[in-house]
Amino acid sequence: MSAPVLEVEDLRVRLRTPRGPADVVNGLSYSVGAGETVAVVGESGSGKSVSVLALLGLLPQGVATVTGRALLQGEDLLTMQPERLRQVRGPGAGMVFQDPMTSLNPVLTIGRQLVEGIRAHTDLDKAAARRRAADLLGEVGLPDPAGTLDRYPHELSGGMRQRVIIAIALSNSPALLIADEATTALDVTVQAQIIDLVEGLQAERGMGVVWITHDLGVVAGIADRVLVMYGGRCVEDGTVDDVLENPSHPYTRGLLGALPDLAQPAVDGVVPDLATVPGVPPAPTDLPKGCVFWPRCPVRGDARCETEQPPLAIIGSSDVALPHRAATWCTESPARAGSTAVSGTFGTGSPGTSGIESPRGRLR
Amino acid sequence: MVVLAGVSVIVFALVHLVPGDPVRLALGTRFNQDAYDTLRERSGLDLPLVQQFFTWLGSAVTGDLGVSFRSGDTVTSLIAERLPATLTLALASILVALLIAIPLGTISALRPRSIIDRFATVISQFGISVPDFWMAIVLILVFAGTLGWLPSGGYVALSEDPLGWLQRLVMPAVVTGTVSGAVITRFVRSSVLEAIGADHVRTAQAKGLPARQVFTWHVLRNALLPLVTVTGVQLAYLLSGVVVVEIVFSWPGLGQLALQSVQARDYPVLQGAILLFAVVFLVINLVVDLLYTAIDPRIRR
Repeated sequence: MSAPVLEVEDLRVRLRTPRGPADVVNGLSYSVGAGETVAVVGESGSGKSVSVLALLGLLPQGVATVTGRALLQGEDLLTMQPERLRQVRGPGAGMVFQDPMTSLNPVLTIGRQLVEGIRAHTDLDKAAARRRAADLLGEVGLPDPAGTLDRYPHELSGGMRQRVIIAIALSNSPALLIADEATTALDVTVQAQIIDLVEGLQAERGMGVVWITHDLGVVAGIADRVLVMYGGRCVEDGTVDDVLENPSHPYTRGLLGALPDLAQPAVDGVVPDLATVPGVPPAPTDLPKGCVFWPRCPVRGDARCETEQPPLAIIGSSDVALPHRAATWCTESPARAGSTAVSGTFGTGSPGTSGIESPRGRLR
Repeated sequence: MVVLAGVSVIVFALVHLVPGDPVRLALGTRFNQDAYDTLRERSGLDLPLVQQFFTWLGSAVTGDLGVSFRSGDTVTSLIAERLPATLTLALASILVALLIAIPLGTISALRPRSIIDRFATVISQFGISVPDFWMAIVLILVFAGTLGWLPSGGYVALSEDPLGWLQRLVMPAVVTGTVSGAVITRFVRSSVLEAIGADHVRTAQAKGLPARQVFTWHVLRNALLPLVTVTGVQLAYLLSGVVVVEIVFSWPGLGQLALQSVQARDYPVLQGAILLFAVVFLVINLVVDLLYTAIDPRIRR
């Protein structure tokens, strides 16, 4: 693998809140290679959005304290001068946001919003930038690109707007594309189109992609690598196959166990209840000591769970380029753990161990 | 139009509901029954109210608002005489108000809870709550009295004496402008604050736009709509005469005219003035609506 596009080391974000400092991201490290897609997965409030907003300095100033290192093509984003950071936003890293309905300025035309981004980083004149904008709109699959330039966001559908936002993010050919829940607000068919679109563009341009989502179906579809976040920490990471087929952190197992199983037949016409991970994520102002997941964990198989924070340790072979790691004291796989049948302890009507053994079948 | 018709009925009714007899007032101490009856008849006040209303409405539609009981001048000429002074003061005040409100409101929105923000809050609270006549008197005492820089009041037309016009305009415009400006400052602050928090501002930042461009096109531009509304309301208020300030500065505006006609029960003048205020409100609302469509594409059809 070539030198990574993005290398994040020990990223920490602390937010000032009325209820005291909140540690939203606690020591996150990962890297993204060119042409590689890393999916960051977690529940709402796990710190995944904040962790990428922090990279580009998009968190509200004076409220957030960001520490660590984040090298984008070798340059540290976190210590950059404001003007350099501005230059990097766009050509270095493009960003696609969650809600296409609010992420475009309602009073400016699509063309204007594209052109201003292009002209902020090139010395193209207006006409040339407009031509480039029209090309981009064509590239993201909008019909009538030239006509769309003169339209306002409210004249487009949600899917079309998200395509526009992707066009904006791509307008300066970024080395890295960050998609922050880019398909969450869209309906399923549009979601699939957007994912295909990004995959296609990635193959063409060789961008690194960081895809923030809480949708494991999306992860299975696009990711090369997965990073599971919980309580602002990475609790498990590895290749998509390792993590989805051999989830090692109780939280990851819980997430996968909570997926509906289309193969499972309805009993007497009643579809079994979905499994859940009981409880809610911890408040970032009051993270538990020890393993962040222990208050909700069905296993708690180790005395250290409540007192000592488990390190991110390699599971299985350490001889591969991307080792599979998990931060838990109970790393035995369900098979080896035997009686500690993890899946069965999550919520009601769990689909059972069979679901855990082959989650990818259900994701596709 | 429907609104105007309604307004004219209400105006007429209200004016005639005010207790007091204009003829009796006009005659004053020289009262005798004969003169009273003649005058009543001549001014049409002996006719039934409904008939009076339609007579008035009929001529008002053609632009004839009647004749003042007090001076015998036509109401239109009285209003036309006062209009330049009122227009001058209203426009100058709104200018002062915006000059105060836009920078102050914007800065305090950019640095919420900072010292500047708190200072601006105090200033605008002060501007809203301090009585305008008091501020007027203080200004007169300082600038006309102690320092002797400005005349204490009066009005001259711009065409006659540009410098004198400006000198006499400054103090009343500052007083009324401060009051309006204080109100508008609060609006600017909250609408800019709201605009800054919008998701699309983050999109603009993520594009790598220079901060100034983000601010002008993605924050200020979107904060414009509420600003236009409140400015329209304030302008309408200023145009319908700021009586107290006009009196303190002997400013011959419409507010004074309306007040004098109330005191004299000068029905035609009062009706004419109120009708004009109603028209001003309607016109300003119309202009504001038109501006909306220019500013916000979502309102356009």
